[in-house]
Amino acid sequence: MAKDTKDKPGTIEVKSFGTHHVITQPNPLRKVLLRVPESDLDDPVGRAEKALAGLSGEFKEWMTIEADRLSAAHATVQREGFNDKTREELFRAAHDIKGDAATFGYPSAAAAAESLCRIIEHAPDLATVPQQLIAHHINAVQAIVRNRTKLDTAVVAGVLSKQLRGIADEFLTHANRDRPEHLEAILAPSIVPGE
Amino acid sequence: MYRIDFNKLRFLICDDNPHMRRILRTLLHSFGAREVYEAEDGATALEMYTHYVPDIVITDWSMPIFDGLELAQMIRQPESKGNPYAPIIMLTGHSEKRRVTVARDAGVTEFLAKPISAKGLYQRIMNVVANPRPFIKTKTYFGPDRRRNTTNTYIGPERRGSGEVEILQQPSLLEKARSAI
Repeated sequence: MAKDTKDKPGTIEVKSFGTHHVITQPNPLRKVLLRVPESDLDDPVGRAEKALAGLSGEFKEWMTIEADRLSAAHATVQREGFNDKTREELFRAAHDIKGDAATFGYPSAAAAAESLCRIIEHAPDLATVPQQLIAHHINAVQAIVRNRTKLDTAVVAGVLSKQLRGIADEFLTHANRDRPEHLEAILAPSIVPGE
Repeated sequence: MYRIDFNKLRFLICDDNPHMRRILRTLLHSFGAREVYEAEDGATALEMYTHYVPDIVITDWSMPIFDGLELAQMIRQPESKGNPYAPIIMLTGHSEKRRVTVARDAGVTEFLAKPISAKGLYQRIMNVVANPRPFIKTKTYFGPDRRRNTTNTYIGPERRGSGEVEILQQPSLLEKARSAI
């Protein structure tokens, strides 16, 4: 049975057990929680979405910067080969696009970048990854970003990203056939809800 | 119905990508927050955390110098002078099960996968403000209760045991926060 330690109100309460302590603190953020009537019209989420839409005029430029950073990281890899530094920068550039591109209105670029991240993270030896496979991912991101204004490119970009992911997954599944922990990670679906 | 008075909240956001910092800042200001501090790496964030004593930390995972995971581990030091209890929301492009588990075990309070949305961010903030979880301290972990469910039916190997009682004295949050300034 747990023993309680309770001092005066407002202090932390600790219940101690054999293997652990459960620490309950007074909610220090309670003061910012306001009860409002159901009729309250304030819509902070709607306001934030409008503000985000207000930034959208800059997204094309931001996405171009991100894509160029990825190409520069790839050019360094081609020049110097894979080492800790070049691998890290290529991964970081791809990972940023994976996270940002959908917000900027380029979901297919995010998908292509995610596929590249998986290659970098799970390939047993990056030196043995076909260089064309990596190059195709870089080129796909650039093409999606540069050609977004054309009307028919959204569908093409989606198909392109999907095909790249299929080829990358096929390569990774084969390359990791004797590495079950990687195989599990490659085949597992994302468990994190976006919202 | 409840809403948050963002005007009284102090945020620290940590992301090495300037575009994501701009988006986060825009969203938080639109919610009504006035105090939003920014760091572009984990080391700077830790300094700012000690200096500004934010109410809520929003951090990316992958960053130079030390990353968001290490930042969470450094904040969650029960004996540190700073506040080890501040809610940490990890906003990241990593969304694999293994990553989520590692972040949870580092003491992260909430996990939000990119791409970011205003609704997703607001919900995570509402959750840490309105429903804080108790903290658990074991030999290997200090952070928010990792159990989201209160079921007593789990009998697996990671079940926490009961037994002999030890008393752990904790200074108040306010004292810790004041001594960190």
